[in-house]
Amino acid sequence: MLDQALIIGASDGLLFGDMIIQLITFIILLALITKFAWKPLMNVMQEREQHIATEIDQAEQSNQEAQRLMKEANDELKSTRQNAQQIIDEAKDTAKSQQAELLQQAREEAARIKENARLEIEQEKDKAIQALQTQVGSLSVQIASKVIEKELSEDEQEKLINDYLDKVGEDNE
Amino acid sequence: MILDHGAPIYEDLFGISWLDFNLSNVMMVLVTSLIVFIIAVIGSRKLQRKPSGFQNFMEWIVDFVRGMVSSTMDWKTGKQFLPLGLTLLFYIFIGNLLGIMFMVVYDGDLWWKSPTADPSITLTLAVMVVALTHYYGVKVKGGGGYLKDYFQPVPLLFPLKIIEEFANTLTLGMRLYGNIFAGEVLLTLLVGLMASGFFGFIGGIVPTLAWQGFKLFIGAIQAFIFVMLTMVYMSHKVNSDH
Repeated sequence: MLDQALIIGASDGLLFGDMIIQLITFIILLALITKFAWKPLMNVMQEREQHIATEIDQAEQSNQEAQRLMKEANDELKSTRQNAQQIIDEAKDTAKSQQAELLQQAREEAARIKENARLEIEQEKDKAIQALQTQVGSLSVQIASKVIEKELSEDEQEKLINDYLDKVGEDNE
Repeated sequence: MILDHGAPIYEDLFGISWLDFNLSNVMMVLVTSLIVFIIAVIGSRKLQRKPSGFQNFMEWIVDFVRGMVSSTMDWKTGKQFLPLGLTLLFYIFIGNLLGIMFMVVYDGDLWWKSPTADPSITLTLAVMVVALTHYYGVKVKGGGGYLKDYFQPVPLLFPLKIIEEFANTLTLGMRLYGNIFAGEVLLTLLVGLMASGFFGFIGGIVPTLAWQGFKLFIGAIQAFIFVMLTMVYMSHKVNSDH
């Protein structure tokens, strides 16, 4: 029996008992080890893979977000600059137009004052002329009377007065 | 007589005439399973997103087996075979290692050895694997698709395909058994030489050490080949294009 066993390899050929034991043990081992070791291990590896993937995605997203924000800020800055420029331009325009207006107003005012003054002067002049005329009239009469008193005879005086009166009457008309 | 030790055979359990046990095998199967279980559980304790120490090693193994799976088939279908491949790899590698360190002969019976140095054990694993390939073949492609594969690419090949199935099973189991058993036979001879006397010890120690190292290598290679072929056979059954 021993010889026979040695020929097929130190065993008694195929032993069904061993086979059954091996099969059952291996299946139990497979089930237990899968539940307690491989599944958790694979889960952790998969979780890490997902973690890395999401991290990369997030990094990409934040990068894009940052670029978008930067662009936005740049645009904002540009538009703000434009706005400021516009405001300055507007202010300049307003100032210019106001200046022109004021100048115009001042000119008009000046013209008006000048006109007023001229009119007043004219009036005063007229008045003065009038006053002068009256005074000149009385003075000339006085002078004339004085002169006449000395040199004129009664007749001549009479004639002069009449002439004069005629002339005055003509002038007064 | 070279191998002057027998096996602890227990015959006719429950009076059933074909139900015989090699108690050494039973013990070694249980020991190997226990060691594999302990290693795997220790390796996957306190799992962290940022791995360190033993977890790195376990993840390296997982990646290694994943590489084997995805090199033979689509990862989507192959994902479910990852636990099987991992367990087979660990079980066979640890089983191969157990026979390298020492062998225990008690009362003329060989008790401690590699469980994979026995055809019953390796053929059981091979039959289980091939049965699983058929199961998943039907599951993935349906009964019709599974049967159609036997007549592809030409119906003439049908007998060969049937033979192939049995040949695959036999070679898968026998390759592992032959490698490990031959290694143990040679190791037994070398140890016997070392035990024979002073000069025998001097002459035997270097080849023994060398052979133990080589057996370690063979054990790793055979575990790898077994898992690789498992995945190849599996891919033949579940892949629609080959």
